[in-house]
Amino acid sequence: MGLRSYIITRILLTIPTLLLLLSMVFLVMRVLPGDPVALHFEKRATPEQMESMRRALGLDKPLWAQYLEYLGGLVDIGYILDHGYPNLGRSMYQTSEEVGGQIFSAFPATLELAIYSMIIASVIGVLLGVASSKSYNSISDHLIRGFGTVTYAVPIFFLGIVFQLIFGVYLRWLPTSLRINPAVDPPATITGLYTIDSLLQGNLLGFFESLKALLLPSLTLGIILSGMFIRMTRTNMLETLRLDFVTAAKARGLKESTVTYGYALRNAFLPILTMMGLQFAILLGGAILTEKTFSWPGLGTYIVDRIDFRDYTAIQGAVVMFGLFVTLVSLVVDILYAYLDPRIRL
Amino acid sequence: MPLLKVDSLAVDYRTSRGTIRAVEDVSFSLKKGETLGLAGESGSGKSTLGLSIIRLVPYPGVIVKGHIKIDETDIVKLREHEMRSIRGRKAAYIFQDPMTSLNPVKRIGAHFIELIRTHEPNIGKEEAFERTKTVVKNLGILSERINDYPHQFSGGMRQRIMIGLAIALNPDLVIADEPTTALDVIVQAKILDLLESLRKVYGMALILISHDLSIILERCDKIIVMYAGHMLEYATSIEMHRNPKHPYTQGLLQSIPNIELFDQKLVAIPGSPPDMFNPPKGCSFWPRCSYVKKICRVKEPPLIKVGRNHFVRCFLYGKKGVHVERNRKS
Amino acid sequence: MTKAKIKRSILARVIPGLTSLVKKGPSGWMVILGMIIVTAMVVMTVIGPSVAPHDPIRSDSRLIRKPPSLQFPMGTTHLGQDMLSRILCGGSIMLQVSTFSVLVCFLIGVPLGLFSSYVGGVFDRACSLVIDAIYAFPGLVIAIAISAMLGRGVVNMALSIAVVYIPSYFRVVRSQVLSIKELTYVEAARGIGAKWHTIIFRYVFPNVIPSIVVVATINFADAVLTAAGLTFIGLGLGVDVPDWGRDLTSGWAYVSSGAWWIITFPGLMIILLALGFTLIGEGLSELLNPKLQR
Repeated sequence: MGLRSYIITRILLTIPTLLLLLSMVFLVMRVLPGDPVALHFEKRATPEQMESMRRALGLDKPLWAQYLEYLGGLVDIGYILDHGYPNLGRSMYQTSEEVGGQIFSAFPATLELAIYSMIIASVIGVLLGVASSKSYNSISDHLIRGFGTVTYAVPIFFLGIVFQLIFGVYLRWLPTSLRINPAVDPPATITGLYTIDSLLQGNLLGFFESLKALLLPSLTLGIILSGMFIRMTRTNMLETLRLDFVTAAKARGLKESTVTYGYALRNAFLPILTMMGLQFAILLGGAILTEKTFSWPGLGTYIVDRIDFRDYTAIQGAVVMFGLFVTLVSLVVDILYAYLDPRIRL
Repeated sequence: MPLLKVDSLAVDYRTSRGTIRAVEDVSFSLKKGETLGLAGESGSGKSTLGLSIIRLVPYPGVIVKGHIKIDETDIVKLREHEMRSIRGRKAAYIFQDPMTSLNPVKRIGAHFIELIRTHEPNIGKEEAFERTKTVVKNLGILSERINDYPHQFSGGMRQRIMIGLAIALNPDLVIADEPTTALDVIVQAKILDLLESLRKVYGMALILISHDLSIILERCDKIIVMYAGHMLEYATSIEMHRNPKHPYTQGLLQSIPNIELFDQKLVAIPGSPPDMFNPPKGCSFWPRCSYVKKICRVKEPPLIKVGRNHFVRCFLYGKKGVHVERNRKS
Repeated sequence: MTKAKIKRSILARVIPGLTSLVKKGPSGWMVILGMIIVTAMVVMTVIGPSVAPHDPIRSDSRLIRKPPSLQFPMGTTHLGQDMLSRILCGGSIMLQVSTFSVLVCFLIGVPLGLFSSYVGGVFDRACSLVIDAIYAFPGLVIAIAISAMLGRGVVNMALSIAVVYIPSYFRVVRSQVLSIKELTYVEAARGIGAKWHTIIFRYVFPNVIPSIVVVATINFADAVLTAAGLTFIGLGLGVDVPDWGRDLTSGWAYVSSGAWWIITFPGLMIILLALGFTLIGEGLSELLNPKLQR
């Protein structure tokens, strides 16, 4: 089939999935019982006030018209070119504000947190998973598995608070909130990721400060997520280590590390990679809780705040954003998988 | 001086359900350039025996007793990294199923280059590549296919590649575990011929493991017949063909169908191999033996020399025994 | 049957079952440990209110944020409530929410999965598409969205959590049914003219049960954690009952001033409860997974 045609096909397949996703979000947010405007005002407004908000947000139109407007807003290329973000409506809380703009300015923080957490979770998960599988049924195997199981049962925000207590309050080593020490200026925006931006500008102080602020939140999210990765890696490795080509490799006198990583892990890794992609959705859920714990100004904090404000258009926009993000990641993972496994393409 | 000398080898599998003695009291020797055949049913311990020679018995297997001397070095006592330098270089192993013995995400050429550079780290990439091309050509594979992946080859081709990997560093000993079982009959002969021609060119000793006694009789100098982990008979192939002593060996030979006879009834040995978690007391073969005596059910027969190059483990022989001649039907 | 006879017959079934679990090695121990933890929690929930030394809701402004002492072994909250009593009584609401949500999930997901995969065709494909889309979506986000629209309350929280996990049941049931559907004994049943509901419930369903049990236990653990998470975000229960999640959330503000006990004990209890279910689920899935058996 070739890699290129696979990529194209895969991208085309994303479209119906996206459509379905967007429709479902619309269903939940508009069709579920509960008038968003009434809920927003919590019945403390006059009918005229409610009506004027409805008109301003386009919520007085019939449902199908709203649906089309909603979908249309997302693919409105002109709008995207003008503003740099898609049309997700206006905020109920601040009706002059574009939800799309707010989301896009909050998003990079979440992205940065997600990337670092994923890295930490993968590294811990794979290394411990491999170690566990190599020493099957030994004490270290049981300890590692125990660690993996327990981390799954810990509420993310609890671990976050514990870390804040230990490292922030008692030891005072690391900051417990915000993306960077308020005394230091944040780096100029290129990607929106503080660590990358400060590196790109040679701003070492900014780099270290933002890294310090990232450490606790990504460690929290990373550790909780690693439990799953440990288990997946271990299971896949145990199966793979038993396969003939691994024994055959040992029979040729290849080095232990070559056999473990070049033969076993390289073949076990592909299903692990897919699982990692699926775990991304869980990561985002955890990110919301982590952001709240560490006052991290990302999409999670945004959605939590908007819940307090009863800003339903904003909540809808944020949910759409999460969905888009997950779809994109799964697309990338599938393409990566095809690139790494020659058997899929041929 | 023999290349390989095995003394009273015993190998256990320590499973959660109990311990199995997969190999019991096996002793033999192999000279440079000789071929030895290990014959037996599934579960007879022949594969375990083969794997223990390169110390790759899988978990939960353990070598519990005995010595395995390759060129006077007892490999049972070696450290793992010393063992690793032997594997692939001095002694090589060819696995049964070629479909699953190659790394699916590694190109064929890369398999060879990696092998060469592991054992001879001073060789540069260029030279390793040249040597790979030579080996691949000798296997009868087009050199353009060096950069293909394993799944792009047929079963027969993959087994050639496995053979190639085994002989690439010119080892003294090659152990081939059922090299043709997973292949169809026509390819079988080609593979065995290839193995034989390479062996002659490089002067390697070969241990051929198979459940197909006819292949072993044809291609091996010496034969060991294994049953339930025990070595029942050990002789040159000519001796074993002409003068099989053990009832099991006789049974195996009788059950080989003769293509030239019409109306041949297929003879099988009655019964089935024992449950290794609960092997029979005494001689492991007695439940299926037509000559069983009282002593067979109680004591294990010792290995007795019955000819110049002929050993048997059976109470029918030795000072107390009665010789039994095989009934010739053809 | 007398009470004693009933007890004996239950024990007669349970004890050999437990001993065989122990023999199965670490996976079996995990299941037993998990069951012990969960049983202990349930017992605590039931007898908690009767055993609690103080009224868990009664607040006393003179006893605010007192550290653990003999009188209050787990300290007091920011409202002067006894922490120990709140811990003993706080699991009940959490168990209620998770049980309710698992039930809803199960009652929707399993029949839908059975029906959809058996019927096949366009219906099955459409269902799977929708279910897969839900499955791929971040669970907490779905729960947040639905919870935000439905509002506070036990039922609403349970429903929003339930929607997230319906796909798990659906997928597990469906994959099992698809693999069994083409097996000969099902064809044979169809051959003798058995009605489809008989086939599903008598042939297919019994094979699916083990996987469902595993999903259900993990579902329980997740429900507990999600419920705590929703409370933390502010989409809590809205009722003034002792609730571990609530204490954890409200205790957060006082952590920096040194009142570690307000969050630690509820947090540990949540971990324990989730751990109990997870152990059962992971242990069972290992026991049932033929690939890992030697």
